[in-house]
Amino acid sequence: MAKGKRKWMTGLLVSLTVLTAACSNNSAGTSASGGDSSNKVVKVAYGKWNETDNWGKWLTSVKTEFEKAHPGVTVELQPIQGAQYATKIPLLMSDPSSAPEVLAEDSFMINADSEAGYLEPLKVDSWSDWSNFNEAIKAAAKGKDDKTYGVPFSTDVRGLYYNKELFKKVGLPVPWEPKNWQDILTASQTIHEKLPDIIPFWMNSGKAGQEATTMQTFEMLLYGTANPLYENGKWITQSPGILSSLNFINNIYSNGFGPPLSQVLTAQAGQVLETDLMPNQKVAIALNGNWLTGTWAASGSKPWPEALDVYDFVKMPTENGQAPGFTSMSGGWTLAVGAKSVEKELGWEFIQLAINEKHNKEFAMLDGALTPRLDVAKDKEYSEQPGTLYAKAADFITYTHVRPSTADYPVVSTAIQEMVEKVVTQGASPQDAMTQYAQSVERSVGADKTETK
Amino acid sequence: MEASHPRVSKPKRNGGGEQWRAALFLSPSWLLLLLFFFVPTILTFYFAFTNMALTGATAAKTEFIGFENFKYMFQDANFRTSVWNTLIFLIFSAVIGQQVMGFIIAVLMNGRKQWFRSVIGSIVIAGWVAPEVVCAFVWFAFLNDTGTVNAAIESLGMKPVAWLYTFPMVSVIVANIWHGTAFSMMVFQAALGDVPKEVEESAMIDGASAWQRMIRITLPMIIGSVTTNMVLVTLQTLGSFTLIYALTGGGPGMATETLPIYMYHQAFVNYQLGYGTAISLMLLVIGIVASLLYMRMLKVKL
Repeated sequence: MAKGKRKWMTGLLVSLTVLTAACSNNSAGTSASGGDSSNKVVKVAYGKWNETDNWGKWLTSVKTEFEKAHPGVTVELQPIQGAQYATKIPLLMSDPSSAPEVLAEDSFMINADSEAGYLEPLKVDSWSDWSNFNEAIKAAAKGKDDKTYGVPFSTDVRGLYYNKELFKKVGLPVPWEPKNWQDILTASQTIHEKLPDIIPFWMNSGKAGQEATTMQTFEMLLYGTANPLYENGKWITQSPGILSSLNFINNIYSNGFGPPLSQVLTAQAGQVLETDLMPNQKVAIALNGNWLTGTWAASGSKPWPEALDVYDFVKMPTENGQAPGFTSMSGGWTLAVGAKSVEKELGWEFIQLAINEKHNKEFAMLDGALTPRLDVAKDKEYSEQPGTLYAKAADFITYTHVRPSTADYPVVSTAIQEMVEKVVTQGASPQDAMTQYAQSVERSVGADKTETK
Repeated sequence: MEASHPRVSKPKRNGGGEQWRAALFLSPSWLLLLLFFFVPTILTFYFAFTNMALTGATAAKTEFIGFENFKYMFQDANFRTSVWNTLIFLIFSAVIGQQVMGFIIAVLMNGRKQWFRSVIGSIVIAGWVAPEVVCAFVWFAFLNDTGTVNAAIESLGMKPVAWLYTFPMVSVIVANIWHGTAFSMMVFQAALGDVPKEVEESAMIDGASAWQRMIRITLPMIIGSVTTNMVLVTLQTLGSFTLIYALTGGGPGMATETLPIYMYHQAFVNYQLGYGTAISLMLLVIGIVASLLYMRMLKVKL
């Protein structure tokens, strides 16, 4: 009996030792990487949206310069595949062992992520360069607590691309200036009848398109109606505006004006449009953003110098042409510091370098993005870069809207994508899709924060 | 306790010590089970009753919200759709598809020449050995707009079909049958091998037809294996995520959105971890209910 007890004790001791050894080993490992000052690591997480990887090119150039200026510091670039970005980034940020020092943050996520405690407020007040940024764009990088959580590095506008050659071929007017949604449907109808092999109208349409479906498609329509998405602290979940937006989408697809679903509902839909459908002139009208030109630039994945001779970019009209006549949406990306990361100070320094005049110009010219910096905007080399839409964008921006800046936006946005896909796939009528959307939003944000019009 | 203890051939000398020693040797595995199995399971139960989220204010401050998640679940039209999809997928791909196919192949192979069995067996098992992602890619290459099927159809002068969009549920069901049939086949092969020849022979002498022998003799004798297989196949299929996700992503619309896919979308795309966990709990309940139902229906005790 005594012998058995002793053995039992030994066994317990052995297993305890193994366990504690495992644990202590672990903690020794983390403290070593944190405490050792000669070898600091700054992790930079960003989205790799396509094979061109303009963001990667820009950040690699910043990395080289930053490492030269900070001996002993290693910048570790963490590209995340675009379709996975929205899911992976909160998971990375939520854990101290993986939280990146610097991350690309879509401005619509700033409220939600700052309230979740994932983002570090930035000391922009003591940063002399901050005055060189556009005020309106700065506002989109603020959290509910009025602190700034991100430094914007791009902004954008949305509108209609139309193919001048195809339009001429079927006898539609060029230049084309649609005055209301009916004009778009009529033009699509003409293309559909006379050129049956051409896709008359392309727009992001599915859940796989994520925010692109919400912003480039649904919001571009909704903000052209009388009913906003969000007003006085309430989400308007059922309105004539939503219904007519969905009816427009339904009209496009039920009349066969849209692309095949097997093409448009995948995560690759956007890439297929930019690198195949448009360069090969298979699309007559596309509702999309100004950045498409980045793909067609000499450094892009589909260099196409004649792009803007073939496709023109025009403003999206309001539903019935009511004042102000046109509409657009603007968003943009920022660089932010992960609140749970280790080297927050270095992260902030990295951002200051990455979005200085030189590097922001480098990025904007690579990517075809609009700059949020006033000094870059005035730079002739940037503004007169051939094959870009910077000159037009200035006109678009006077009609633009930004997304509601509330922490609930991301959840509402996925509900919108679901609603749009239901209509596109004829899974529900516009009315039913809207009812289900209302129910879903009500549940996510609370009934007291929704309204029916 | 004593009765359930495995019997040892040696007479017990110091019964207490024996038990202590057993406990000692089991303790590492108990500890690991506790750490990596029971704790997460219990946490899952807890999280299902919270408003845990991946971002927003609730990510920083998770609260206990009682039965809210479940209350919403039963009003959620999308949840109903995905339960329905799960049942369709389960019944047609696993309960009927894999089992019937597996059984037919096993019966046809029973008593054939060895080389025949190994050739056919390896071909069927190839589908099972391939990881689900690989299966999904194989079927994607086969069924997509410019895939093998459409190439064949076009060479015959017919119009190609967008299989994954026109017949999404049928596509994933066929892919899953292809993937899982081998498992049922192997279970049934083993079971059929255990049926004594004499019983069948005497039935034959008594004048029973092949069909009667199958229904009256063979099936009742392997009913235990059938039930076990049914339970295993059901649980495997209920949790099937990769195949559907990689093939259709749950779409188009909600057409192939089964519960695991819906759970993933709610938890990681919609950022509602609490609701996602609650859905996973329902998945568990469905699995248990289905297993009990089979055992009751087939009057088998495991």
